[in-house]
Amino acid sequence: MINIIAKLWQSTKLSLLAFFLAVLTGGLLIAFSDPNVLSLWKSPFRFFSEAINVSSKAYAALFQGAIFDINLTKRSFVNGFYPLSETFTIAAPLILAGLSVTLAFRAGLFNIGAQGQFIFGAISASYIGFKFSLPPVIHIVVAIIFAILVAGLWGGLVGLLKSKTGAHEVIVTIMLNYIAAYFLLWILSTNTFLRKGRQDPIAPEVQQNARLPKLFGDSFRVNFAIIIAFLVVILIFILLDRTTWGFQFRAAGANSFAAKTAGISVPFVMTTVMFIAGALAGLAGAVQVLGSEYALTAGVAGSFGFDAITVALLGRAKPLGTFLAALLFASLRAGGLTMQASTTTPIDIVLVIQALVILFIAAPSLVKVIFRLKQVNANSDIAAKGWNG
Amino acid sequence: MSVELRGITKSFGTLMANDDINFKVGPGEIHAILGENGAGKSTLMNILYGLIQPDSGEILIDGNIVKIDSPSDALASGIGMVHQHFMLIPVFTVAENVVLGHEKMGRLGVLRLDEAKSIISEISKEFGLEIDPDELIENLSVGLQQRVEVIRALIYKAKILILDEPTAVLTPQETDELLQIMRRLKEQGTSIIFITHKLREVKEVADKITIIRRGSVVGTALPTASQEELANQMVGRPIQSTTNKRLSKSGKPILSIANLNIIDRNGVPLVKNLSLDICASEIVSVAGVQGNGQSELARALLNLEDNCSGSIFIDGKEILGTSVSNSIHSGIAYIPESRELDGLINSFDISENLILDVFNRAPSSNKFFMNKQKIAVLANSLMKEFDIRAQKVSDLVSSLSGGNKQKVVLARELSRSVKVVIASQPTRGLDVGSIEFVHKRLVAERDAGRAVLIFSTELDEVFALSDRIAVMYKGEIIDVVPPNISRQDLGLLMAGIKKVSV
Repeated sequence: MINIIAKLWQSTKLSLLAFFLAVLTGGLLIAFSDPNVLSLWKSPFRFFSEAINVSSKAYAALFQGAIFDINLTKRSFVNGFYPLSETFTIAAPLILAGLSVTLAFRAGLFNIGAQGQFIFGAISASYIGFKFSLPPVIHIVVAIIFAILVAGLWGGLVGLLKSKTGAHEVIVTIMLNYIAAYFLLWILSTNTFLRKGRQDPIAPEVQQNARLPKLFGDSFRVNFAIIIAFLVVILIFILLDRTTWGFQFRAAGANSFAAKTAGISVPFVMTTVMFIAGALAGLAGAVQVLGSEYALTAGVAGSFGFDAITVALLGRAKPLGTFLAALLFASLRAGGLTMQASTTTPIDIVLVIQALVILFIAAPSLVKVIFRLKQVNANSDIAAKGWNG
Repeated sequence: MSVELRGITKSFGTLMANDDINFKVGPGEIHAILGENGAGKSTLMNILYGLIQPDSGEILIDGNIVKIDSPSDALASGIGMVHQHFMLIPVFTVAENVVLGHEKMGRLGVLRLDEAKSIISEISKEFGLEIDPDELIENLSVGLQQRVEVIRALIYKAKILILDEPTAVLTPQETDELLQIMRRLKEQGTSIIFITHKLREVKEVADKITIIRRGSVVGTALPTASQEELANQMVGRPIQSTTNKRLSKSGKPILSIANLNIIDRNGVPLVKNLSLDICASEIVSVAGVQGNGQSELARALLNLEDNCSGSIFIDGKEILGTSVSNSIHSGIAYIPESRELDGLINSFDISENLILDVFNRAPSSNKFFMNKQKIAVLANSLMKEFDIRAQKVSDLVSSLSGGNKQKVVLARELSRSVKVVIASQPTRGLDVGSIEFVHKRLVAERDAGRAVLIFSTELDEVFALSDRIAVMYKGEIIDVVPPNISRQDLGLLMAGIKKVSV
């Protein structure tokens, strides 16, 4: 038992400490950007107590908005969990997009293109969702499979280009992100996608049969997407850890020369991995449309595709780690809104914390120095490694 | 100048890297430090050079205790070091590399290299280290790059020169040249500490030998001692330096190479119209100076080279132009030249590395799912059979020593059912004990009826193992000779000079 805990600590300590440092730094920023705190600089004691007071209030509001809000329990206790439902709603697509980046990482590929793949998944799911009338369940399944295929091909293209021509996946996916974003704007202006009677870029709502069912009734937004996401986490874990495909992916990612010498086809790995990565991000886009938005808009992808990179990094490119990191980030996002509303702290502080997490993860030696750690686990350099392609 | 180390002790955690080491180097003396990989030689030298601080013990120069806290202290005390891995900038010239860190500036910060160049040519003349100071490092051979490192040490008036495994990267010719240079340096009064595990070089050049095993000095010897005596002291048990061989009767050709051509990306031919048969129950060595097409030939046999033409048959079946995995599953065991790069995945554990090329067949997997239990069972039995020294099969390969890493490669490749064994530089960088193990295994493969093809630049290895020696020069096999050829004649052949047979 102690062994398991020690092992768990070994593999997560860098992420946890990086997050802790980010929260600590974020707290300082909250305190020092507050005019009340700054006006007290003449008396150090009150200055510090006010600083602690302000930042702890902000974080308390963040927690309230992410997990449980006592103010919402007036009518019924269960309502207090409304924030948690929001967190899970945001988490589902983030988990799936994060897995897309994680899988590619393990095969030595840096998938910056989750954003574009997400967009194609969203477009495809939305199209099937509003255009056709299919029976319940089948409608959802068809929409999701279509989204997976289209986004998979979009991602697989990157792998194919890399294996045939050597084009670097980072450059290609960045460019494809632009293409996807503008394609979305264009397609929303076509007669097929433009909602009747509307001028702004919004597609028709998907039909009832195509919507993912809500888990706890209409007063909570949390839906079946989070269950899909959890199942896919397990699926990707099995794929990477227990299958011959996963073995090839990891081997090619860790040392492509040795993999090639051992008879593993690296071009096959690149293309397949990028297909699956694209499919995962596409699935994220599909559940976002079918589970919570119900309609395709210009901003449907938000920053999911980019947050996915952060999530994969914080999760140390492990499926379970990505799952936990995505939950954490989703709770930050959900809580950020409440924090902004109930204190003077702007929601941007959440972005700052996210950015700081990346900074500390990407500079493991910084964390090592601060906490005087002897060694950090072997794949701590993953943030820097993706570029070696 | 003389240097003395007294009671040097250094431990890393529970590992005693150096335990109360004493030794002394007199002026103008070549003092060899002999020991297996991991015996603590490099730690000791890094202490002398100021890169590591000892836990206890003292360093005396000319009888006075000195404290060396950094390499610049060492340089100031007249100690220079040539590292195993060169510290040179490839896109800079020789002169620029030599002055690096001690540049002289003119007005407006303009670099003044004239002075450096004149000192370099002075040193070149004095010690016979010919070099063009304006040549870029990347255009120099490994031997010449090492020469730049030596000059860099001498320019700071080093009177004691530490050479850390200097011949590990050199061809036989370059090695001979280096040994010459060492003798000349010695005549000029420079003391040399020569770290190595190659016995012949030690016997050839050293005045005194200190043998280190597991962090302690286990003895001193004179170069007149026999190779066997030195090896025994170094390893701590008797070593058979020439591998037991039986005169095998070779069978029918198993691996046939016919009219093989390989060209590089720029159309330059690397292997030209090469034909060679390797029969069952025989060891054929391909000898030659590095860079004469051996690496490409070895890789082509596994379908790792593009732009090949010709034929490669295994048991009469053409494999050239198919795939790497086809080569492997046609029955080739392949021990690559660089185990770090091509042979192993350092971030994988031992068991995963042991199944790297059989992961998709039973018992490792059923096509789709890996069978972790069976893999562990397989890995445990291979670990025992091949004497891989590690605590458990889930240890990362990166934690193993060079010899144990090579054993992992051997275990993987030789445990498959194969017909042909291709081994490229199979003992490069290994210590005596591991070399003995590798040689025994390769001979055992031959005796079991396999065709064994060895690529080696080590003449000792070629002589110890071969039934036939194919000499490769500029992409061609210029002759195939029996192993009783003299060292000189083989050396001439490797240089491309073929004696006219009468």
